[in-house]
Amino acid sequence: MNEEEHKVEYTTVSIPKPLAEKIKERMKGTGFSSVSSYVTYVLRQVLSSIEADERSKQVFTKEEEEKVKQRLRDLGYID
Amino acid sequence: MIQPHGGSLINKDLPKVEKERILRQVDDFETIQVNPQTLKIIKNIGFGVFSPLEGFLNENNYRYVLEHMYLENNVAWPFPIVLDVPERKANSLNVDDRIILVDSIGNPIALMDIEDIYGYDKKEYAKKVYGTLDRNHPGVDSVFNMKEKLIGGDIFLINEPKSIFPELDLKPIETRVLFKQKKWDRVVAFQTRNPPHLGHEYIQKAGLTYVDGLFINPVIGKKKVGDFLDEVIIKAYQVLIDEYYPKDRVVLSTFETEMRYAGPKEAIFHAIARKNFGCDHIIIGRDHAGVGDFYGPYDAHKIFDHFPDLGIEPIKFRSFSKCSKCNSVVNDKICPHPPEMQKFFAGREIRAALQSGKPPDPEVMRPEVASVILQYKNPFVS
Repeated sequence: MNEEEHKVEYTTVSIPKPLAEKIKERMKGTGFSSVSSYVTYVLRQVLSSIEADERSKQVFTKEEEEKVKQRLRDLGYID
Repeated sequence: MIQPHGGSLINKDLPKVEKERILRQVDDFETIQVNPQTLKIIKNIGFGVFSPLEGFLNENNYRYVLEHMYLENNVAWPFPIVLDVPERKANSLNVDDRIILVDSIGNPIALMDIEDIYGYDKKEYAKKVYGTLDRNHPGVDSVFNMKEKLIGGDIFLINEPKSIFPELDLKPIETRVLFKQKKWDRVVAFQTRNPPHLGHEYIQKAGLTYVDGLFINPVIGKKKVGDFLDEVIIKAYQVLIDEYYPKDRVVLSTFETEMRYAGPKEAIFHAIARKNFGCDHIIIGRDHAGVGDFYGPYDAHKIFDHFPDLGIEPIKFRSFSKCSKCNSVVNDKICPHPPEMQKFFAGREIRAALQSGKPPDPEVMRPEVASVILQYKNPFVS
């Protein structure tokens, strides 16, 4: 795999200035080099927690879902 | 979508390999024959309609539910779900026995692990569940006809009891997948044991206005003399939905269970079952699950105040009528006009018209619905 394939693309997200200032204060002594890296870290944590929560709330597995969908098609409830 | 009651959808359907193994050894088990109503309970437990129940209540939970309308683990549950057996049979069984529950012709339906064998007071049961000891109440009469002992314990499905309307008999996992396919996040349930009149249509559509989908879920099963036949109710709803409802917003599916006529407590029971089907709202009308004058007209509304943690929200409707001044179906909250301007949707009058072979007033019942009902020589349970 070459360098190009390893390259991560970034996009810009805007946050209010007071929030950015607050983050800068909080970052002191943490080892994070930029607001972007700190915010990226925090958002990953939050998303991971949300996804874990969603997974634990799954009432049926993907396999169960596909099996049920076939029965619903046979009964005419879905196309 | 709303989580099942108690947090997880119970599934007591044994894997095929296990079923086959048990069926090979079926003669080694003691059996108990169960009636058609109990078969429905077993099926509903087995497929999660009665989540979080995994079997028939043990003694501690039986007493706790009677007293508090909660299970011992603090999950709301309004009345006991029990298995009654003759005393002589109970005396031949022991705690920790594994038995097979069979239907009226001996087909094995479920495995049961006996956790408890206990006596109970029928008067206490009837009074606490139905609020009366009057034998004219069909639920009370059922209690006094129960056998002498109760058995508690988990069940495991071996053979699924047959559905009355197999093409309409969706299990909770199926309704949940269906609602997900339809991208319905909020679903309102409508519980019924009657064919629809315009008042029903009005409250269903009023409920549907605020959510993504409407789940019309008629109770199918043992009812009292004079109730409409199950087939009549289903056909009536099918024609109403075909002619008057946006088809992509409505699902019709049956709920096979006996009517207990327990009024407010049964309203909670019905709400829990529909929560397990994936509904986060349920329409509760006047005298829900009532019979005669045993309950106040809005007792089934008030009882929801005792269950702030139930999860499924009741949409409470009081009385509704066709107002000649408003020129539409209204309810008493939104219409200021006097009673003489109201045409009420009286069940007795609808029945009287149908019994005499005539369609009810088209302002009360859609002609298409009346026409379906009138195809039956006797559309009532006799």
